[in-house]
Amino acid sequence: MDAVLQVYRGDASGGGLKEYRVPLEEGMVVLDAIHHIQGHQAPDLAVRWNCKAAKCGSCSAEVNGRPKLMCKTRMDAYPAGEPIVVQPMKTFPIVKDLVTDVKWNYEVNKKIPPFTPKQDAEWRWKQEDIDRVQEFRKCIECFLCQDVCHVLRSHERKDAFAGPRFLVRVAGLEMHPMDSGNRATFLKDDAAIGLCNITKCCTEVCPEDITITDNAIIPLKERVVDEHYDPLRKFFRLFTGKKGS
Amino acid sequence: MTERFESHDVDVLVIGAGGAGLRAAIEASALGARVGVVCKSLLGKAHTVMAEGGVAAALAHVDPRDSWKVHFKDTMLGGKLLNNWRMAQLHAQEAPDRVRELEHWGAVFDRTQDGRILQRNFGGHSAPRLAHVGDRTGLEMIRTLQDHGVHQGLEVYMECTVTKLLTQDRRVVGAFAYWRETGRFVTFRAKAVVLATGGVGKAYKITSNSWEYTGDGHALAMDAGAELIDMEFFQFHPTGMVWPPGVQGLLVTEAVRGEGGVLRNAAGERFMERYDPKRMELSTRDMVARAIYTEVKEGRGSPHGGAFLDISHKQAEIVKKKLPSMYHQFMDFANIDITKGPMEVGPTVHYIMGGVRVDADTGAATVPGLFAAGESSGGMHGANRLGGNSLSDLLVFGRRAGAGAAAYAQKAPGHAPLDPAQISGAERELLTPFERSSGPDPYSIHRRLQDSMQSLVGIYRTEQDLKRGIEAVQALRLEAKTMRVEGSRAFNPGWHLARDLDNMLLVSEAIARCALQRKESRGAHARLDYPNPDPALGRVNSVAVREGDEVRVSQAPLPEMPDELRALVDAEPVTAKA
Repeated sequence: MDAVLQVYRGDASGGGLKEYRVPLEEGMVVLDAIHHIQGHQAPDLAVRWNCKAAKCGSCSAEVNGRPKLMCKTRMDAYPAGEPIVVQPMKTFPIVKDLVTDVKWNYEVNKKIPPFTPKQDAEWRWKQEDIDRVQEFRKCIECFLCQDVCHVLRSHERKDAFAGPRFLVRVAGLEMHPMDSGNRATFLKDDAAIGLCNITKCCTEVCPEDITITDNAIIPLKERVVDEHYDPLRKFFRLFTGKKGS
Repeated sequence: MTERFESHDVDVLVIGAGGAGLRAAIEASALGARVGVVCKSLLGKAHTVMAEGGVAAALAHVDPRDSWKVHFKDTMLGGKLLNNWRMAQLHAQEAPDRVRELEHWGAVFDRTQDGRILQRNFGGHSAPRLAHVGDRTGLEMIRTLQDHGVHQGLEVYMECTVTKLLTQDRRVVGAFAYWRETGRFVTFRAKAVVLATGGVGKAYKITSNSWEYTGDGHALAMDAGAELIDMEFFQFHPTGMVWPPGVQGLLVTEAVRGEGGVLRNAAGERFMERYDPKRMELSTRDMVARAIYTEVKEGRGSPHGGAFLDISHKQAEIVKKKLPSMYHQFMDFANIDITKGPMEVGPTVHYIMGGVRVDADTGAATVPGLFAAGESSGGMHGANRLGGNSLSDLLVFGRRAGAGAAAYAQKAPGHAPLDPAQISGAERELLTPFERSSGPDPYSIHRRLQDSMQSLVGIYRTEQDLKRGIEAVQALRLEAKTMRVEGSRAFNPGWHLARDLDNMLLVSEAIARCALQRKESRGAHARLDYPNPDPALGRVNSVAVREGDEVRVSQAPLPEMPDELRALVDAEPVTAKA
């Protein structure tokens, strides 16, 4: 039996869905179908991919309107015979077909104050002290959380808001047992963490199952509140030198 | 002369942004060089991200008897003594510092009970030696290097493909490239160029490699007149997925066996007892891959033509903690819960040991101004690479090549002018396929190359097959000169493949010719017509160069190992498995 795909073809000047039929194989994923189209019907169909194993986060797209990694989206998850619609991520400017311009993300990353190791500390810690940090470091930078985040997607606040991906990255630095940096001001002013109103859409789409909102964003929000809106604690911290919880 | 195109001047141009490329760029930049990094994909998506099991370094955290000397010996024995001894020595000595350095740059490795970097067992390593993060060690490494690098002011040219090294009097002085997004051309003037482009697994049908692995560095080096060595040694990883078809070849980490996974055939027999009773599942990759292949060929395979790999005797929570991505990979793609039942696995093309001939200390290739590191370079792993030695190789020799290139650039008088004839030639080569009104498309030629390499230059080889393989590749090389590309220059994967295919074809011919020349079996190179190692051939490297359109192969003596290192290799084992 053939699968039917409607794939977005076009660029910044415009475009639309084009229908393709692909022979269905057992265990097939959407990216397999896209590759089949490329190899037999549309050699110039633009798509990003690398590992085909959900490890690199390249093949992000919207399948039937939902942000997905095409490499781990099974064709048999959709009703047989009905068209599967594959479109580029909406939050980023289109380059061509399924490829979008995600350079903005790399610019945001550059602004994050880097890992700042403590001086003269012994580099020993318990596994349970880093389980949380390792959760954040699972991120494969597919940018699906950025795509679905309504602050970026609907309100188009790329000028101000860093987005869930980079709040996760900051959380990984802030909770690293050897880091001595303080990114509270960065979070408040440069990342505009206050714009997130914890709808948890990012957590829902994360292919790595990172609990973005609860484990990363909310603790960071608390840190910003501690640091910037609690004068007593701030005063106390001046003397203890602690970063806050 | 170059004003027709966008042009950039750097001291050191690094081609490739995987582990080796990023480590080279960081080092060159730290030494004061102005560094440009060019990569075919987005930053952070290079093949290193797929590395799973760990990075080998004799930290001796789990077995205190481990040392660089034992690591050196394991590496040399794993490589059947064909390794460049100096590379193996530097690698074993420096890997622990490189791992600790990564930790100081923010990497978060799994811990021992006493809070140090945890190490796990892997095939051919005589102590638990692989620092790791579950089964996503490569991601941890690349993200650490990427984030460290961006704060060093590296200029990164993402989604940009280099198609030609530009030379002046045989010296490499720049590169010609195109932007994948727009198809526009760009030139780089550089005082030194580092190749860190990875391997060429996409020449095969069943592979763990991504689209990027098209032998670009090997081909660029050959075009510039550099020598490649030992291209016949292509590692088949023993455990790739065999089902469903879409994920055939996808890597199943050796960490499954490192954590205690066992291999069985259809009769339920632990067949490694017949192939390597001492090391069993943790034998070297060449041995395990051939064992699985033989079991299947002799009718004892699993339903989809592989072997069973079982870790379900371990506690489910431990499996999920130590092998999270394997758990999800099998659950998502094959509907198999690896905590409850076995996986089906079979050999998959994984890693080329051969590559650009380099000086061990500096990474310098055999043409001035050119350096190479990581999988695109040769010598370090000899005839067979041990698992985990690739990630450490990237760090040790990425750093050394970066330093070598920075030192060379510092001594260079300035940027040389680029030769307009070379630039026009590179431009013509890329544009001609658009101008043809008919001709085969690149995808069909690629499929046929993959079929030929898989069946004729595969895990077991014969003279007859290899000769047929060379003929097939040569015919495809001719046919590729008539290829037609459809569409525009804007993000056109068909066009990108057409160019990458030229590299794959050239490098495939080098692989097949080296394989035909080596009339023995050693490590990953197994000849049915010469089933044993030949001591005389154990003292020579295979050498491949390009002359015009031809690939010429020859043999050259291995560097002589000093007596004190020879004594290490011959020494009695001092460690045991923990």
